[in-house]
Amino acid sequence: MPSEIDREDVQRLVAGGAQLVEVLPASEYREDHLPGAINIPLALIDARAKEILDPGRSVVVYCADSA
Amino acid sequence: MYDYVHGKLDWLAAGLPTEGTNAELPRAADVARADVPTCALGDRLGEVRERVRSAGWNACVVVNEHSVVLGLLREKELEGDADLLIERVMRPGPSTFRTYVPIAEMAEYMTRHDLVNSPITTADGKLVGLLLREDAQRSASKIQRPKGNER
Repeated sequence: MPSEIDREDVQRLVAGGAQLVEVLPASEYREDHLPGAINIPLALIDARAKEILDPGRSVVVYCADSA
Repeated sequence: MYDYVHGKLDWLAAGLPTEGTNAELPRAADVARADVPTCALGDRLGEVRERVRSAGWNACVVVNEHSVVLGLLREKELEGDADLLIERVMRPGPSTFRTYVPIAEMAEYMTRHDLVNSPITTADGKLVGLLLREDAQRSASKIQRPKGNER
C-alpha cells in the first residue's frame, strides 16, 4: 500500500528527486498537471510503470482528489 | 510509493504552478474582484447598503469571522428594509466556485445559468473575491482559440 502524503510532502519528495505520476486520462493531463509530472493513466499503470519509471527513485502518484 | 491523496485539485486550489494547456490561461481567481464589500450576519441592511453603494458596488458577500462565505446580497436583497438583519435578507449558501476554474468555463457557466456574479472561494470556503459575469466574459473573449477551433 502506498503511503498517503500531503502537498508539502509532495514538494519535498519531488525536490529530492521523486518521480511524479498523474494517473488521470491523458486529456486531463494535457490541460493541467503538476510541474514535471508524467502521465500513466490508471488503466495502463500495471503495463507501463515498469518500462517508464526508474526503480531507484521514489514515486508519487496522484489523481484529481481523494474522492 | 507515495499517494498524494488530495491530488491535483488540492494543488490547483493552493494556487501552485502547473503545466499544460490551461497553465497560462486566466482562472477565476485571476479575474475575481478581491475588493468586494463584505458584511456579517448580524449587520443591519441599511448600514450595509450605504457602505456597499458608497463603494460603487451593487453586491455584498456575507462572511463569518473566518471569511467563510455564508450568503450573498445582490441588488434585489440590498433594497430591503434598512432595519432588517443581514441573516434575514441574504441569499444563503450561494453557489461558489474554486479559484482554479478556467475563466472561459466560468463565463460559459455564468451565462448559461444567468449568474451576474459568483463568489470565488478556497477549498475551505474562504472568500477570495467576487467574479462578475461581465469581467469573466471580457477575459474569456481575449483568449485566443487554438488553431482549428476558429468559428
